[in-house]
Amino acid sequence: MSWTWFHRFGSPPYFYRVAGILIPWFAWIAAVAAAAGLVGGLVLAPPDYQQGEGYRIIFVHVPAAVLSTMAYAVMATASGVGLIWRMNVAHAVAASCATIGAWFTVVALATGSLWGRPMWGTYWAWDPRLTSELVLLFLYLGYLGLRGAIDDGARADRACAVLALVGVINLPIIHYSVDWWNSLHQGHTVLKFGKASMPASMLVPLLLMMLAFTMYFGAIMLIRARGEVLRRERSARWINEATGA
Amino acid sequence: MLHWLNMGGYWMYVWPSYALTAVAVVLNIAAARRDFRVAVRDARRRAEQRRGAA
Repeated sequence: MSWTWFHRFGSPPYFYRVAGILIPWFAWIAAVAAAAGLVGGLVLAPPDYQQGEGYRIIFVHVPAAVLSTMAYAVMATASGVGLIWRMNVAHAVAASCATIGAWFTVVALATGSLWGRPMWGTYWAWDPRLTSELVLLFLYLGYLGLRGAIDDGARADRACAVLALVGVINLPIIHYSVDWWNSLHQGHTVLKFGKASMPASMLVPLLLMMLAFTMYFGAIMLIRARGEVLRRERSARWINEATGA
Repeated sequence: MLHWLNMGGYWMYVWPSYALTAVAVVLNIAAARRDFRVAVRDARRRAEQRRGAA
């Protein structure tokens, strides 16, 4: 396998250009998938036999939760790449994940809370799944705080990368918490071996919403990463070419 | 329509969930775009200063 693509992405002008091409594609796919997923989830899908119409929160709750953990996985991977290969673009990508990741961790927690109230009888429980997702929020906030507290860019990159990598331990805990402990939270519905425990009329809109949120994250992350790359750039000629000044 | 909006009595949980998600989606688009515009402006200014200094 050739690794030239990997090294090409390490070049800020190349990354900036390719990201600029990808963003509208990601955004359009996200918009179309979200429109289809919302119609499928809010109108076409039948009510649940136990939870009635209340289960429809799933179509925003699960995609938000997936986004919150995926953003962390991308942030940690980019951090690792940045540390090992000293790749500035990778640090820029890592720095671009935390804000949106924190936001959608809040969305996952809040929508879960709104779902928990009618179904479990409580907005919050110190349940393994809920608690580990809350820890994810603190990791994001710690990351953002650390980045804001260190003025020297290269030092901030290294310190934040180490924090992001240490926090990776929380990802399998979030994912497997419903298997490892007696959890109030329901078990795996989509990602499990064999058959998903959902009919296609519910599963298809859910998968569409997950696709939409994933593409949306890609678009937002790349918009931020392009700005971050510009901020780190010292070559005036390249900036003028890139921004059309 | 009203029947649908009522969400089988769960409207007070379903709609706030969707509203909060929509707010997060819109705010993140706005914040990312503003962040990018500021970065472009600052980068241009830096490039300008360097050209002035040279």
